[in-house]
Amino acid sequence: MQSYVQIENAGMMFSTKKGTFTALTDINFNIDQGEFIALIGHSGCGKSTLLNLVAGLLDATDGVLLLANKEIKGPGPERSVVFQNHSLLPWLTAFENVYLAVEKVFGGSETKAQLKARTSAALDLVGLTHAAGKLPGEISGGMKQRVGIARALAMEPKVLLMDEPFGALDALTRAHLQDELMKIVAATKSTVIMVTHDVDEAVLLSDRIVMMTNGPAATIGEILSVDLPRPRDRLALAHDPHYHDLRSRVLEFLYSRQMRPKEAA
Amino acid sequence: MSAVNATTENLNEILSGEDIAPTPQASVAAAPTRRTPYFETESGKRLVENTLTLFKNAIPPLLGMLLFVGLWGLISHSVKNIPGPSETWTSAVALFSDPFYNNGPNDQGIGWNILNSLYRVGMGFGAAALVGIPLGFMVGRFDFLNRMLSPIISILRPVSPLAWLPIGLLVLQKAESASIWVIFISSIWPMVLNTAAGVQRIPQDYLNVARVLNLSEFKVFTKILFPAVLPYVLTGVRLSIGVAWLVIVAAEMLTGGVGIGFWVWDEWNNLNVAHIIIAIFIVGIVGLLLEQGLMLLAKRFSYE
Repeated sequence: MQSYVQIENAGMMFSTKKGTFTALTDINFNIDQGEFIALIGHSGCGKSTLLNLVAGLLDATDGVLLLANKEIKGPGPERSVVFQNHSLLPWLTAFENVYLAVEKVFGGSETKAQLKARTSAALDLVGLTHAAGKLPGEISGGMKQRVGIARALAMEPKVLLMDEPFGALDALTRAHLQDELMKIVAATKSTVIMVTHDVDEAVLLSDRIVMMTNGPAATIGEILSVDLPRPRDRLALAHDPHYHDLRSRVLEFLYSRQMRPKEAA
Repeated sequence: MSAVNATTENLNEILSGEDIAPTPQASVAAAPTRRTPYFETESGKRLVENTLTLFKNAIPPLLGMLLFVGLWGLISHSVKNIPGPSETWTSAVALFSDPFYNNGPNDQGIGWNILNSLYRVGMGFGAAALVGIPLGFMVGRFDFLNRMLSPIISILRPVSPLAWLPIGLLVLQKAESASIWVIFISSIWPMVLNTAAGVQRIPQDYLNVARVLNLSEFKVFTKILFPAVLPYVLTGVRLSIGVAWLVIVAAEMLTGGVGIGFWVWDEWNNLNVAHIIIAIFIVGIVGLLLEQGLMLLAKRFSYE
């Protein structure tokens, strides 16, 4: 079977004032439909750059990226992004923020009532029906991030891209949203790529963890399959030796084999 | 005022029995309870606190005003021909008791003078906004245009507004249009520059959202560019209206006609110094009101 997302020999160079800077090199990686992939690595390892390549916000300087056998050229709503800092438009209400995306994707084929129903359903999915009329400035950070997720999901993307979606949240809110995300992904069977720097989050949520080496010229160091059965429960996993085994393998990669250069020096 | 109101409120509270633990009859039998002194109750403490902050906030400006009037009085005592505060006040009361009389073009009420000046500012400033804000959007959006126009703007911006007056008189032939032209040219720069800065500082995140959603140019403008830049535009507008109001007095002194600037000059020729001082206050207060009004508008459109 053909893979859904194919990344072949992808590389990314940026031209800076000091010359070219190679961020990523030799990225080879395939993702199946419905898979949940976590990208993990130290900061500056280019994991967000890789996500932006799939999103189309950056164009790869080397290699090729395919989605459903079509080359990825530029951003598009079939690859919706949940941004690190929610990126809601502060002058639009939660509803309007989601509606803007829904209207763009389905506006050509559906009536206004249908579009509104889709928007309400997306907000309902993340449990924010009561906050639909609020501006982003009036709701908490966790709620904003949920609106961001609702916006991304409402577009019914082929691939959902998440750039450290819970990084800015406190631990309790983060755990709550992780649980919700697992339920939503199970229900919608979405293909997800998530950038994270949280080992527990990676093991808990993903089917495979892509571990990146340190930059510059970062590449994939190791891919770990997380064969824990679903649905997963964070409390049960806390006592699961296999969970701890997987977790320590990621930690071992990050802290002994890919020690941050500064700390190593 | 507020202190008096608060006291009656608290009296009601005391009468309603909230502060008194048992009823007066019961207290005889019960353990000897002392009625809490008013200033130790919650509302009493709050009253004291509010009054203190009120004084703290009001004292410095009041003191400043007092000092100002005092200095003014002192100066008017020692310098001949400068009217003191009370003399000016009497003159102002007489002036404002009939603001809209009309005895021909050179003798009109103070209301007409203010309205005429505001009209010129409105015309010149409005035209500057119509040109400056779209120009600012384009300068901010297109780097080529930015690099093309920035040397011109850098040279023209520091030019004293009145230096433009002869050009206006020459081209437009009329004093009225020339003073509007001066307002236009002096108030356009803050709007161009602030709008351009706003466009350049739109967070990349918002533009990324637009790219991921594949929004049309029209949607990008109405849903992202315009609302994101609006606070910057309003800052430019606020600075511009300050400049415009500053310039109108000087322009009218030179061009004549009905207006607060001309009025000042006219009163100088009549040697009516009290009216000149009143005019200074009017210019200051109207300018303050214009700016505060726009501040309120700007607050309405800030989202952070």
